[in-house]
Amino acid sequence: MTKNATQAAGIGRRGFLKGSAGLAFAFALVEAGDVMGQGAPARLNAYISIGTDGTIRIAAPAPEMGQATNTALPLIIAEELDADWSKVVVETAAVAAAYDHPIFRAQFVVGSLTTRGYWMAIRTAGAQARRVLIDAAAQRWNVPAGELSTEPSAVVHKASNRRLGYGEIASFAQMPAQLPEIRPDMLKKPANFRLIGRDVRRWDVPAKSTGKAVYAIDVQVPGMLYATLARSPVMGSTPRGHNGAELTRRPGIVAVVPLAQGVAVVGDKIETVLAARADLKVDWSPAPGSNFDSDRGRKMYLAHVRDPAGQKVVVGRRTGDANAALQSAARVVSGEFTTDYVYHAQMEPLTCVASVTADGVEVWTGTQWPSRARDDAAKAAGVPPEKVKVNMMPMGGGFGRRAQLEYVVEAVEVSKAVGKPVKLMSTREDDVANAHCRPMTAHKIDVGLDAGGKIAGWRHRIAADLVVTQVYGQPRLDAQNGVDHIVMAHADVPLYDVASHLAEHVYEAPGVRSAAWRGIGAGPNAFAIESMIDELAARAGEDPVAYRMKLLKDRRARTAVEVAADMAGWPKASRGETGFGIAMSRLGVPQLGESIAVTIVEVALDRARGNIAVRNMWCAADVGLPIQPRNIRHQVEGSLVWGLSAALSERITFKNGAVQQQNLSDYEVLRVSRLPKTEINIIRSGEIPLPVGELGLGTVAPAISNAVRALTGKRLAALPFTPDRVRATLA
Amino acid sequence: MASLNVNGQVRQIDASPDTPLLWVLREHLKLTGTKYGCGVAACGACTVHLDGEPIRACITPLSQVEGKRVTTIEGLPGGENNRLVQAWIAEQAPQCGYCQSGQIMQAAGLLAKTPKPSREQIVAHMDGNICRCGSYAQIVAAVERAAGGR
Ligand code: FES
Ligand code: FES
Repeated sequence: MTKNATQAAGIGRRGFLKGSAGLAFAFALVEAGDVMGQGAPARLNAYISIGTDGTIRIAAPAPEMGQATNTALPLIIAEELDADWSKVVVETAAVAAAYDHPIFRAQFVVGSLTTRGYWMAIRTAGAQARRVLIDAAAQRWNVPAGELSTEPSAVVHKASNRRLGYGEIASFAQMPAQLPEIRPDMLKKPANFRLIGRDVRRWDVPAKSTGKAVYAIDVQVPGMLYATLARSPVMGSTPRGHNGAELTRRPGIVAVVPLAQGVAVVGDKIETVLAARADLKVDWSPAPGSNFDSDRGRKMYLAHVRDPAGQKVVVGRRTGDANAALQSAARVVSGEFTTDYVYHAQMEPLTCVASVTADGVEVWTGTQWPSRARDDAAKAAGVPPEKVKVNMMPMGGGFGRRAQLEYVVEAVEVSKAVGKPVKLMSTREDDVANAHCRPMTAHKIDVGLDAGGKIAGWRHRIAADLVVTQVYGQPRLDAQNGVDHIVMAHADVPLYDVASHLAEHVYEAPGVRSAAWRGIGAGPNAFAIESMIDELAARAGEDPVAYRMKLLKDRRARTAVEVAADMAGWPKASRGETGFGIAMSRLGVPQLGESIAVTIVEVALDRARGNIAVRNMWCAADVGLPIQPRNIRHQVEGSLVWGLSAALSERITFKNGAVQQQNLSDYEVLRVSRLPKTEINIIRSGEIPLPVGELGLGTVAPAISNAVRALTGKRLAALPFTPDRVRATLA
Repeated sequence: MASLNVNGQVRQIDASPDTPLLWVLREHLKLTGTKYGCGVAACGACTVHLDGEPIRACITPLSQVEGKRVTTIEGLPGGENNRLVQAWIAEQAPQCGYCQSGQIMQAAGLLAKTPKPSREQIVAHMDGNICRCGSYAQIVAAVERAAGGR
């Protein structure tokens, strides 16, 4: 287990240096600009400590979900510090305001914004520490600081051929009363980067290749009991009765604890608890979603996008007057698309170890939102947040699911109820039954063309369940004027030459659980948009790449299309039952910069069976400044695999408001045998790292749909492309 | 009390004979490298070796392993110097990492029998092991590397 950085660095709660065995830096920094417009400037304290032996301890402030930010962030600090990376020890930070994400003002990992968000703040932190070391050396040698430079982990005075290692300096340097000011122009020039842009290995890989990495599910604390729980099959339903009395008579079962939306079984051994869970019977109250049937719902959502009269409709994105443009258009081309519910299937089922004592609360959990985990745990235990210690464990996958924290609250409640530490672990069956899905969506896109075939107006109506209310709560949605930014992400088309645009959200309220899901709205929205672009090209009788190049005004997007086309050897003619399709997607928020991916797929179609096999994927990914190119390729490939998995097989259905799938046996995620040969080309387009972790996901489904269109003239418009749907479309 | 040979050591276990080996390893013996993913032999996260053969610990009751040799990721010969582990590190395969013990144990079972597997053999052998993060290409590359193929 990684050590708690504040303890290891000998830094007290308030970030002051303690002891003398080296230097510890505590920074209070301000992120330049207030990009999200949320008021006060963002603050960050990054902790670097240097031992007299030259060991440099760097705290990784964000919880690790698998994207290697816990290598990238310390690496960026080490770059500006000019540290010898082999001397760096990465430590997981404590949960404390000092480590807040400068934009979110919380330790919170979402939207692939971790590296982007911490970027300037941690660079400044590293540079500031380097400056302190230089000043200390200058004083010792009695030379102007301006004559000194650094090499990895050493300050050098070229004129006198002297050098001092960082560890040596740490043995005599004093922390200045006032930390030196670092302006952005004092940071390293990208041309001088030694670590950024090189393939430095992830520090967590050896432990993750030997079974030594410790996840929340692996934690054991003395005196710990085991718990698992049945959550209400329908959101909002509560337990009215249960057979707990009978179960607690079994040897080893300590308690059966009813909770707001579940019933927990607690015992001294996991196997006893799981056996009792299998026999747990609960009488659930009805809830608003109790009659929801997703097959009927899909038809209803489609009816709503065709005619939203009587529905609550919120404008998500608008440029110009698309409705007027559609009315005066020479021709209108329309398309309809749907996507089904999908589940995260993060490999580690939701787990939290909690210990509630008279002194406070300690939890061990993998969460994307440790700050909120602390606050929610405090509320659940009835103690102030200062009494809660959250140990950020690496996550066995998150993908948006772990931005919701009911499992933390429930673990605290159970521990409080039984007066012992408890490991609350979901079974996979309960994890699926309690799926918080990317919502089902229906789309109608109307495109108005002028006499010359130019796009005069584009209207995109999206019927979907709300997600923001379930992740952040109703006040957040109200504060955003009803715009659900998760559902509506990338529903606009700014890179294309489109004169006017309107994206509307038709609210659906099926009463089922929803969540952010890798790529958020970009998945369904890019599927609809990029299929539509392809449809326009096809109807104009134009090559999809040529048509896009005509329509794209954005330089980076054009380059990405060119690079992808080059990789794939476009133009490719469909041959036999093999077709090619192209699609693009974006990731990020405009104020912070967006990354762009363009993917071309080669699809082999088995018409009789309705089977789609993707043979090749070529992806051009513009990520701004690549921090760790190889890891970026792995992340983009992971996103493409997700996109492919969601395109081909992933689907949750609801009957009577409850999830019908049971386990990974009937919720099918992509396996290695369906993996295409994949080539990824990373495009460096700037000096800021843009979002990566979800990039490319949205390209796969439309690229497949476009390839099948090229091959058959038919449009696959409903995700996922299950064999029965493919056969029905081709029939 | 059952007695169990795990990673070359005989251990006494206080669990009923129908207890899945997975929980015996993880919670009784604290060998937590072996992971729980599905409990129904659908994901491969719990893969360990029984007398050298990869099996799913989640559906294997304790009664079936008595008198046999169980090897977990912690008992893989060479530890970090094991050639598969080395290949995993070289290919930087893990992302969240949760599936990887199972992947490595599954791959070890293949190389023990088929030292130079073809790509098709690797894919067929590894198809029961899910990696939700999508690190499949690196996993296949790592098996090829460990087999001396790259
Ligand atoms: S946990 Fe055993 S195969 Fe999934
Ligand atoms: S690395 Fe995350 S599931 Fe395989």
